[in-house]
Amino acid sequence: MTEQTPVLRLEGIVKTFPGVRALDDVSFSVMPGEVHALMGENGAGKSTLMKVLGGIHAPDSGQIFIGEEPVVMTSPMQAKASGVVFIHQELSLADELSVAENIFLGELPLKGFGRVDWKKLHADTDAILKTLNVGFDSTKRVGDLSIANQQMVEIGRALTVNPRAVIFDEPTASLTDAEKVVLFDVIADLQSRGVGIVYISHRMEEIFRITDRISVLRDGQYRGTLTTAETDEEEVTQLMIGRKLDLSRNESHHEMGDVALEVRGLSCGALYQDVNFSVRRGEVLGFYGLVGAGRTEIAETIFGLRTPSAGQILLDSQEVHISSPIDALRHGISLVPENRKSQGLVLGMNCRDNMTLPQVDDLTAGPFVSDGAEIAIFDQYRDKLDIRTPGWRQIVGNLSGGNQQKIVIGKWLSMRPEVLIVDEPTRGIDVGSKSEIHNLIRDLAAQGYAVIVISSEMPEVLHVSDRIVAMYSGRVMREFTSEEVTEDNLIQAISGIAAEKVA
Amino acid sequence: MAQFNKSDIGALLAKQGILIAFAVFMIGFTLANPRFIELDNVSGVIRSSAILGVMALGVTFVVIGGNLDLSVGSMMSFSTIVVLDLHDKLGPGLAIVAMFALTLALGAFIGFLVGYLKLNSLIVTLGMLSAIHGLTLTWSGGKNMDIADKSGTWFAFFGQARVMGVPVPILIFALLAVLLSLLLAKTPFGRKVYAVGGNGQAATFSGIPRARVVFMTYLLSAFCVATAGLLQASRSMGSQNTVGQGMELEVLAAVILGGASLLGGSGTVVKTVIGVLILGFIQSGLLLVGLDFYVQYIVTWIIIILAVWLDVAAKRGRLWSPIA
Repeated sequence: MTEQTPVLRLEGIVKTFPGVRALDDVSFSVMPGEVHALMGENGAGKSTLMKVLGGIHAPDSGQIFIGEEPVVMTSPMQAKASGVVFIHQELSLADELSVAENIFLGELPLKGFGRVDWKKLHADTDAILKTLNVGFDSTKRVGDLSIANQQMVEIGRALTVNPRAVIFDEPTASLTDAEKVVLFDVIADLQSRGVGIVYISHRMEEIFRITDRISVLRDGQYRGTLTTAETDEEEVTQLMIGRKLDLSRNESHHEMGDVALEVRGLSCGALYQDVNFSVRRGEVLGFYGLVGAGRTEIAETIFGLRTPSAGQILLDSQEVHISSPIDALRHGISLVPENRKSQGLVLGMNCRDNMTLPQVDDLTAGPFVSDGAEIAIFDQYRDKLDIRTPGWRQIVGNLSGGNQQKIVIGKWLSMRPEVLIVDEPTRGIDVGSKSEIHNLIRDLAAQGYAVIVISSEMPEVLHVSDRIVAMYSGRVMREFTSEEVTEDNLIQAISGIAAEKVA
Repeated sequence: MAQFNKSDIGALLAKQGILIAFAVFMIGFTLANPRFIELDNVSGVIRSSAILGVMALGVTFVVIGGNLDLSVGSMMSFSTIVVLDLHDKLGPGLAIVAMFALTLALGAFIGFLVGYLKLNSLIVTLGMLSAIHGLTLTWSGGKNMDIADKSGTWFAFFGQARVMGVPVPILIFALLAVLLSLLLAKTPFGRKVYAVGGNGQAATFSGIPRARVVFMTYLLSAFCVATAGLLQASRSMGSQNTVGQGMELEVLAAVILGGASLLGGSGTVVKTVIGVLILGFIQSGLLLVGLDFYVQYIVTWIIIILAVWLDVAAKRGRLWSPIA
């Protein structure tokens, strides 16, 4: 691809927000028929760059070229008209409408008196669906499709124009392995038609499977472009975070104390049944299983958000009844919830207020909240967790994902819990922050906290846990120590294959 | 060199639009009629805004908590009628206590429905607007309520007296504003109101009793309404059943004008006070330039729309955007 003109070229893009230089002279180009990965930690500037490209943000300086023509993107509509289309991570479809209506939403073919030309609409849609090789037709209601098929509809929408470049933003976030294969086929097909693909993802495995080149952003700056065939994960990671990453097995050993939390025969209706486990002070207990295996529901029960239908919860060998998060906090249980944006943080509030929220009643001087006491706590945990923020007044919604997660962890750590439950500690967080949070979890255990980590990522569970509980369909299938666990027997346990043997 | 282009102006208007519009109004009115900014008129405006203002203080808490209160106008009519009626039956002291108790009971009822039963606040308070109006008419039998012996009671103090030259309604408004501002900005309760309105689920996960916090905001709003009813009754010493009719919208306009988001989680007492004053000055200005009183209703609507638009615009940093 030496003498070809790129289908899409961004040159010297600069974008500043108050106090932040989000993009600092970023250049980037995509060749026809190329799959070009765009990588970087959260907050590195990927989203901002794509928003500039999509006409949502106007750049302070720099230029965008489609082919050889300079264009000024003023709106997503205009971006689409010039052949640049986006497939977003979060789908934007109307559930109640048919596949055809969704694909041609806003540009339905018309005949006289403003009536929709249904015949043409369905014919055109079926033609597009055919190129996507999907197993549903244009009349299907979108709400009835699987997530993967909904994504195909979204891609179909992109094909109503003749796209020059298609940008995929974390497209595989909610797809199964089989569904991914279908998506990759579609991408390969686009590729063969000379469309340029920008592929944004944190998942190395995919990047190395389908991309031709990889460009990396760090702190809003362009860090370089690698040819995928000539590089490896380590080099990419290093470029992204500026250092090496440790993702080995957990091999650290330290003294463990008494059993802090024990659960006996805990059940909650159809969600999970007869769950038994215990966790000691100084120990990290990992919960591994598929989404829907009941892990989060167990955590929510221990935290007082659900009422168990049977079983006991014991703290320091004493049975306790926890019927609300307030009870849980009183008993020294903290939960870092699964979804930090909807459950963990008040995004419009500042860092300090978010962190001290559960204990604001105790931080008073007279009738008023004590500024000093709050700032002291914030400062302490900002330093301890290395939270990077301009100051406590910063609105949490403006922080990167990793720093937001640290605020949530800080919030629960500052309650000085006996038992800390962390649900999906690194979901949606870039690799650099990920390993920091893993180290943090290990440190907390070493300091004597009893920690429960729930995760859907096997390397994460293997890396942080002393023991691992494998769950399948609401039941504990097996418990592993870190010595006996292997990837194979762990996978067998969580997919129910080992069910007969254990039972 | 800093270039002044269209999008800068858009962003500036989006951020400071209300104050800019207010300044334009003030200058325009003053040019049209210089009496507008004389001390007399200014203190008159503040005094006549006090009743609305007291109600807006309470509604500020409800709105920051993520809910609406459209019942305050009709609740204020109720308070006014009840206290005037009981004045001649129980004497002023007991009448005031009884009226506060009844109004707070109404607030508690709404708070129970919205907070604990988690019913939509728009529907609940819109329904209560009508129900309380019915309650008021039932209480009074539809008749106007008057205090028989207007000169033989100390009841007139709240609405008509002056302390050190300052009208008492202004003092009460100011005092409440200071107290509630401290409550909202400085206490754990205030923090919880912001959290519940900003992200109710996260508040629950943080061990904040969401239902109780919402309940308290409605109780607080009812307390402010009762105070407003007292000021109104004491000023006029007699009243129709419809005295507070339509005020719910003016109150909401003042709160939004002050910059509280209807989505909850943002706003302050001070900003609401500014919103109340802006509304008051604009209404007074319209009268002074010789427009009919009735024009106010239209202008209030325009102001609400303008304020909501600018609220949305401020969030995305420009006046218009292709994406929501």
